[in-house]
Amino acid sequence: MSKQIKHYLGDRDVQLILGTLLRVGVLVSTAIVIIGGVVFLSTQTNQIVSFESFKPEQAKFSSVAEIFNGLKSVDGLAIIQFGVLLLIFTPIARVVFSIFSFLMEKDYMYVLIGIIVLCVIITSLYLDIAH
Amino acid sequence: MTVLLFTIIVLLGAFVAGLLGSLTGLGGGVIIIPLLTLGLGVDVHYAIGASIISVIATSSGSAAAYVKEGITNIRIGMFLEIATTISAIVGVVIATYIKADYIIVIFGLILLFSAFMMLRKKIDHSNNEQTSVLANYFKLNGSYPVDGQQKQYAVHHVVGGFAMMFVAGTLSGLLGIGSGALKVIGMDNIMKIPFKVSTTTSNFMMGVTAAASALVYLHKGQIDPTIAMPVTIGVITGATIGAKILIRTKTDKLKLVFAVVVVFLALQMIYKGLTGVA
Repeated sequence: MSKQIKHYLGDRDVQLILGTLLRVGVLVSTAIVIIGGVVFLSTQTNQIVSFESFKPEQAKFSSVAEIFNGLKSVDGLAIIQFGVLLLIFTPIARVVFSIFSFLMEKDYMYVLIGIIVLCVIITSLYLDIAH
Repeated sequence: MTVLLFTIIVLLGAFVAGLLGSLTGLGGGVIIIPLLTLGLGVDVHYAIGASIISVIATSSGSAAAYVKEGITNIRIGMFLEIATTISAIVGVVIATYIKADYIIVIFGLILLFSAFMMLRKKIDHSNNEQTSVLANYFKLNGSYPVDGQQKQYAVHHVVGGFAMMFVAGTLSGLLGIGSGALKVIGMDNIMKIPFKVSTTTSNFMMGVTAAASALVYLHKGQIDPTIAMPVTIGVITGATIGAKILIRTKTDKLKLVFAVVVVFLALQMIYKGLTGVA
């Protein structure tokens, strides 16, 4: 029984840190998206938009490299996309953090399971499906 | 439509989507996609890209509130994520090869199913009969606090649950939704995990699953910053306020009203898809 209680307390600490990580991740990415939105709208208010047909060839900032390049020229859309990227990486950071906490618990089976999940996500980062 | 008007309309719509999504437990995507496609004539590819972002936003936003209670079973989540992340990518690949109109029809059908699941009376099947060999091997059984005491629970039918998560992940990748309704079937009904644990664990998985497909959608050019901006801001604000109201409000009547709206949207989507196919 004592082992279970210890296990639970450990999990609880981990979950508190996780909660903070998620909250900070969401707050920071939302703030960046808002900043990007303000920069973008202050320059493009009267531009006409249409998304009636899907034009992947016209997509702006559809890779990590393009987003970072756009940031250098303080492009509003690039800043928005950077915030979106951070938002996407928040749950991924959660997986990485869980792997470390399993490592500390010496639960190597779950370290491996966590690494498998992380590998799948990293694969998706490099997966380029032609449309 | 000018950029400013478009931003304001999507911002308000996404706010309502986040609010209702968190109050009813159905998630934001259910409203975001019909709003963009039916309401604003946005191509479904862009709508899916925006929706997957809203799934991540609601998942991370509400998870921050959930983890305080300390009942998420990270092992169950991580174990099932093997299925959901791989299948999410499979879903995105399928989406690349089938006609957009079919995606719209499938989305409509999933909406109908979600509305049905939302209204169905939930039955807690959980018990502590540790009979599953796989659940023991993968250390999935756990405990959660009830009135200051630890209540033990056992996980059942690991293979069946894993298979259901594969379906949930595929649909999540294909349609840009969280697939909450399917995850509930997998965790509550098949694996017999207690509600308190399954709700938070499924929410944990949703964000990770959506992150895998979101990265592929980003590369495919389906995540447009002009749409993503108001969607992200609106959904997060709505979901945060919704989570606060949820603590002190009964949502039974709201769920009924919302189910009617969702069924209406579902039929519209199916009609739109079918007329496109024909």
